[in-house]
Formats: sequence, C-alpha cells, structure tokens
Amino acid sequence: MSEYILEMNHITKAFSGVKALDDVNLKVKKGEIHALCGENGAGKSTLMNVLSGVYPHGTYDGDIVYNGEKCAFHNLKDSEKKGIVIIHQELALAPNLSVAENIFLGNEQDTKGVINWTKTRQKAQEMLERVGLPNEDVNALVGTLGVGKQQMIEIAKALAKNVELLILDEPTASLNDEESRHLLDIMLELKSKGFTCIIISHKLNEIEYVSDAVTIIRDGKTIETLRKDEEGFNEDRIIKGMVGRELTNRYPVREGVTIGEKVLEVENWNVFHPDDANRQMLKNININVRAGEVVGLAGLMGAGRTELAMSLFGHSYGQKISGTTKIHGKEVKMDTVKAAIENKLAYVSEDRKGNGLILIGDIKENMVLAARPQYFSNKGVINSADEIVAAKEYKDRINVKATSIEQVVGSLSGGNQQKVVLAKWMLTQPDVLILDEPTRGIDVGAKYEIYCVINELAKNGKAVIVISSEMPEIIGTCDRAYVINEGEIAGELDKEEITQERIMQCIMAHNRKGDN
Amino acid sequence: MEQKKTVNLDMKQYGMFLALVAIYVIFAIMTGGKNLSPMNINNLVMQNGYVVILAVGMLLCVLTGNVDLGVGSVVAVCGSVVGIMLIDYKMNMWVAILAALVIGLLVGMFAGFFIAYLNIPPFVTTLATMLMGRGLTYTLLQAQTKGPFEADYNFIGAGFLPTVKIPFGAGTLDLVSIVVAIVAVVLMIFSEIKSIKIKKKYNFALNPLWQVVAKLIVMGFIIGFVFFKLASANGLPFQLLIMGVIVGIYAFITEHTVAGRQIYALGGNRKAANLSGIDTNKVFFWVYTNMGLLSAVAGIVLCSRNGSSTPKAGDGFEMDAIASCYIGGAAVAGGAGTITGAVVGAFIMGILNNGMSLYGWSTDIQKIVKGAVLLGAVTVDVLSKRKKGK
Repeated sequence: MSEYILEMNHITKAFSGVKALDDVNLKVKKGEIHALCGENGAGKSTLMNVLSGVYPHGTYDGDIVYNGEKCAFHNLKDSEKKGIVIIHQELALAPNLSVAENIFLGNEQDTKGVINWTKTRQKAQEMLERVGLPNEDVNALVGTLGVGKQQMIEIAKALAKNVELLILDEPTASLNDEESRHLLDIMLELKSKGFTCIIISHKLNEIEYVSDAVTIIRDGKTIETLRKDEEGFNEDRIIKGMVGRELTNRYPVREGVTIGEKVLEVENWNVFHPDDANRQMLKNININVRAGEVVGLAGLMGAGRTELAMSLFGHSYGQKISGTTKIHGKEVKMDTVKAAIENKLAYVSEDRKGNGLILIGDIKENMVLAARPQYFSNKGVINSADEIVAAKEYKDRINVKATSIEQVVGSLSGGNQQKVVLAKWMLTQPDVLILDEPTRGIDVGAKYEIYCVINELAKNGKAVIVISSEMPEIIGTCDRAYVINEGEIAGELDKEEITQERIMQCIMAHNRKGDN
Repeated sequence: MEQKKTVNLDMKQYGMFLALVAIYVIFAIMTGGKNLSPMNINNLVMQNGYVVILAVGMLLCVLTGNVDLGVGSVVAVCGSVVGIMLIDYKMNMWVAILAALVIGLLVGMFAGFFIAYLNIPPFVTTLATMLMGRGLTYTLLQAQTKGPFEADYNFIGAGFLPTVKIPFGAGTLDLVSIVVAIVAVVLMIFSEIKSIKIKKKYNFALNPLWQVVAKLIVMGFIIGFVFFKLASANGLPFQLLIMGVIVGIYAFITEHTVAGRQIYALGGNRKAANLSGIDTNKVFFWVYTNMGLLSAVAGIVLCSRNGSSTPKAGDGFEMDAIASCYIGGAAVAGGAGTITGAVVGAFIMGILNNGMSLYGWSTDIQKIVKGAVLLGAVTVDVLSKRKKGK
C-alpha cells in the first residue's frame, strides 16, 4: 500500500464553463497534518467539496484514491462512511440542543430508533475528554458555550463518527490566540494518535506551527507542495507561493502624514451588559485619537474592544452608558447611530455579513446606504445619478473587483465585501473611523489593499481606530495602541513600544492586579 | 470607450408579464373568447382594484420579511363604518370617507406599535387584529348588511371618468381612453430611451436591442389592448384612476426615496440597517400604519362597488394580497420585490378567478388552482435562484 492515505489526481471542476479547479493534485500522507493554502477564491473550498462528495462523483474530472481504493462519493454520507469528515467554517451545531445530543447528531446511539441516553452521555463524555474538555457538562446547551468550545464540540462530533481523515476549514477564524493554540494542540495530539488532518487557514503562523506539509493553490491550480521534512517552509515562503511573488512588506509604509489635534476624546466611559444591568462591561475608559493618527485597540477576544466601539457608535451596545465623548474638543451626545453618523463617526463592524452588508443587495445600494440621508437625497428623494457616480468612484478607488456596481454583494469574495463596507463608511465622510477586525478572514493580497486604504485615510487627516486580534496587524499599522483587558484600559503603548511581548505583558500585569 | 457588454433582460421581472398574457390567452381559448369581451376587461379592472391596492401595501410588509394578516378585517371595519355613517346617520359621504381613513390609520398604528416598539412578531400581532377586526365588524353591523348607498358614493367603486364617445363599428369608442393609452405608451417609450441614455452615460451593461424592442411591443400591446377594450365598453373606471395614482406613488416611494429604500435595507439585513443609522423600529411602524391606511382605501372602494357594507366583506383578502406579492416575485425572506411585480401578481390572480368563473368552475376548484399557482410560482422562483447561486 502506498504511503498516501489520500491522493486526488488531476481534479478539474468547472462551473458553467469557468474552471474553478484545473488539474489539481493533492497527496496527503497517513498521519500527517496537511495544510491547504491559497487566496480567497483560489479553489480550496471547492476542492474539499469535491473530496467530501458535496459535488458528487461525475460532476468533476479526475479521480480520488483513498486508502488505495478509487472512490466515487455521491454525497456527504458516502465520504463519512469512509471516515472523511469535514468541519466547515460556519459551525453546524444546534444551539438549543445539549452537548451530548450535538456530538451524536445524525449518528444517534439508538436501538431501533429509541435513543439510549445513558450511552449517549457516556460516550459524549469520552469524546470531550479526547478534545481536551473533560470538565464540560454534556447536558449543557451548546448555545451557551463560547465559539472556541463549540469548535471543539465539532471535532468531538467528528471523532464520534470514527473519523480517519479530518478536514478543518478555517477552524480558528473566530477564535482568539489562546483558543486557537488549544485547538492546534488538540490537532497535534490527534496526529500522534494516528489521525490525518487537512487544515485550510489564512493564519500562516498557525500553519507553520502545526502542519507537516503545505499544498498551495492559486487560481484553481496546484502551485506546489512543500514538506517540512524535505525543503521546509515558513510564512514568507508560503506567501510567495500564494501570491506568486515575494511580498517584501506586508504592511505598506505610511508617509507624509502629519498628526494633528485630538479629534475624538472619550472620558470615563462606563457600559453595562445589555441583558444584565449589574454586569459592568467597560470601566472608566479614557481614550483619544488625533487627526491622521492610527490607534490600535489590542487585547484578547472578549476583552471589551467591540463593546467599546459599538457603545460609542450610537449606543449600539449596552445599557446605563455614562461618560463623555468629545469630537474636535466639543462635547457631543451620540445616543443613536444617526447622531453618531452626523457627528462624523463611522464604525466598520467585525461581522461584515451579519452586521455590515445586505447580501442580496448590489454594490451601489450597500455603498450608499449609510450616507444616503445626508449626501444623496433631497427632501427624502434619492438622487440616483449622484449615487451611481459615487459608487463607481469608490469601486475604482479602493479596487473592488466586480463586474459592475450592480453586482450582488453576496457573490463577492470576502476581501471585496470588506472593501464595499469600507466604501460605505468612507462615503459618510467621517472624521473618525473605527475599523473592527478589518482584515478578518481575507487573503494576504486583499489585506495589503485594506492597509493601503487605512494609510490613505490617515493621510487625509482622518482619525482611525483599528481593533484587531492579530497582534502583528496592530504592530504593523498603528501609531499608538491601547491594550484593553476585561473592560479596562490595561496600558497605552507608543509606536516603538508596540510589540507582541509588551501587549501580553500589559494583559498579564492587569490580570494580576485584578486577582489581588 | 469600450462598452459592449450586454445582459439579458431580467426574466424574473418580465417573465411575469408573459405569464399574465399566457394565462389570459389560455382562458381565452378555454372559454371560447368570452374573457376577451370589453365588458369582461372592464370587470377585471373593477373587480381587482381593491386587491391591487392591498397588494401595494402588503408588498411593503413582505419587503420587511413579514405579512399582515389583518387587512381583510380592516377592510371590513372601515367598510362598516362607512355603511353605518351613510345609512344610519345619513352623514356626508366625505365625512364618512375621512372617518374610515382615520380608523384604518389608527388600526395600522395599533399593529405597528406592537410590532415595532414591543417587538411582538407581526404574524401574531396581525393574527390578533384579524380576529379583533372581524369581531368588531360583526358587532358594529350587528351581523346585518347596510345599504344601498347613494349614487354619489357608489361612483368611487363603480363610476367612470368622463367620456367622449364616437361611433365605432357596431358600438362606440371613448376617445379619452384612447388618448390616455397613447400618452401612456409614449411615456413608456420615452422613459426607456432615457434609461438607455443613463446606462450609456455610466457605462452600464445594456440589454440587447431586440429584447428592449420586444419588451416595448409586449407592454404596448397590453396597454393598447386593455384601453381599447375599456374604450369600447364604458370608458375608464374611476377605480383605475385611484389604482394608477396609488401604484404610481408607491412605485416612486420604493424606488426613489430614502424611506422606501430603508424598507429594503431592513428586509435585507436588519442588523446592518440598524448600524447604518436606520431606525428600523420606525420603519416597521410606518409600514404597518401604511397598510392600515391602504386597507381603509380598499374598504371604501369595496363597499362603494358593492353598494353596501356587509360583515363578511374582505374575507380572505389578506391571502389574495400576500399571494399577489409572492407571485409577483417578492422574496419570502424579505428585502426583494417590486410594486410592479405585486400589481402584476394581483392581476394574474384576477385573471385566474375571472377565467375560471367564466369557464364554470366552482369557487372550490378555483381555490385549489390558485393555491397551486402560488406554490408553483414561488417554487420556480426559488429553484431559478438556486441555479443562479451555484
């Protein structure tokens, strides 16, 4: 038998004449962690859908050899029977069912249709131990757990199906560093027990940490497969393969910016949880941003960064909000989103699909939505010609790749969707922009373009706040950063001081203070 | 300047017109041409006026991703108010009309308040207004019919605009109808030329010329046919004017006003709309308030055409209005749909009713057919979207 558990040979898959995959080859060795890299739209997910039978045998060319046997999967069930389980980016859990039920969803522990609950719970407990959650209650509702734990439940669910080959599509996209590390360590542990994994991820440091081999796909073609025990690889090497050239600087240099006076000042900002009036989420926050300055809000997920941004933006989060906000030195009250927009504040949400875009709407409609009342209408009647001109201008200016401004936003790639959201808020002509995770889940090339937009905004004298869980991003883009931890400012760092170590130190020091 | 991209016409939009014509032709064949008669066209317009008015209001509710189940009952309440004021209290008809409109508005605000500010699901809220409204109607009318009304009032639902009749063939032809038809066709051609000019100016993809011409010919033919038939009957019904004005106003609101587009934004993604500075509660409130007002208008027209107010008036109208929106291509999840679509949907329902009645099918069979058409239309829509999506 060959050393490969999986060989996908000469896979070609076309959608109405357009080749999404063109002669792709993927060889995965038994017991290794194999990463699949490529920009958004390169064909990674399509390839995994071919493998798992979402695109049934016959709709693509080429063949799949699994455990030395040619396979013809017609649906997910076929591939699962062989031990291939795929965990998608969007989790497939039922939030209102218990952990145990979710783990055995579709794979119930039953006798002739009657569920054996004791066996279900017992086995669920076993699975939880294997994914490093021995203390979790199997009767807890999945919806009450954090995203990180939910991700583990998904893996437990796969293990319960007697998985041999586990495919993880962007498993850490919505996890913080600690949770991500935990997940990656679980992967390594599974590997040591003989499981094979394929991981799709944009986080190259994680790939470098966890995987034994990387296959790079670009424009639907396999570019190369790098193996740790042969030529070896690092982040820069992977990027070179992904973009086809060396990307010497991942963060464009900002030049010719003069930092001016304070544009936004927040003083003694206190916010309580929207559902629990006694739970204080933000305590005495004092921050400011100057014109032309890019200020980072660093911290772990759940530290209160998004909550701070949303509470500032028209009290969109929380209750019993107190404190003052000043714009250009003048105290203003922004208790509705409308008021915030009128005071030239803009907030680009971390959740572009859920909070940012109307996916069934076209590019133009999305771009002008927030600016319409102020800039594109007269007494409530829309000025369509102005809207078209503006949307076209911004589409070209920030390079949204689409056939026209009439293209539906849902059909764009993540990077281009993010650009549309950015354009939407740039059109409101803000003085302060809060960008919440502006590059989450988008590829290296699009990230670079977003950074260029941030630089341009700063150059035009805008005050920019960047919230990011990726510390290199804070380090690469910000002039100054606040570290937020447990709803408080744990530290303020100048450009030279912003390093991964300093940020972590601030958090640790703050945690210790809290413990005393 | 390179500009030679063309895209095919959106068949979702124009396919409905073709379906309308096709259904009509099928019934013309089945009934041996009975539904082609001028009087029948006249009836089609006058019997469907209130459904069109309700479908327009309902489209706004559907755009938010919801429906209003209470409209049939509000139609009945408003109709009964008119009946009582005209017959029992011999009041001025304008006062009665105003009272009905105010009551419709208040009912709408009532539902809107619960939906927008107390977050009660619209389905539940309007199920309640449906039951309450029907009960109120029976209480007000004490289960009796109020009528007949005087001719002045009946004019709204059953009257005709002034005519200038000339002899034509065996009968007469109304010149006013003909002139209106010509003006409408000319306006349509001008607006098409204007839209092509705009597309060229902004370098948008154009539709192939033959498709544009074919579209204009089909639309022109429909307008010409309907107005010619009306001209050979009694001229233009007053209802047609009410309908035309309402459809025109709401088409403008939904396409060209900030408020109108906010409804689409809300239906497309409520959270995103909120974070874009749209007060979605306010939008919900006004959409349902507006539905109440338009239900009142429909109630006034209906009892005027019937010449009386009955407790059973408007029974099941909500379903016709909702079905019209869906047949007209509105998305069940909200955020997509057009006024034109809803109007065409209403007329498709009307032609079905009318054709089946002429053919002699009972109302029981008619319901089965209408249900099947609704299910079929939405299924085709969903399937075609799925195909496009992949």
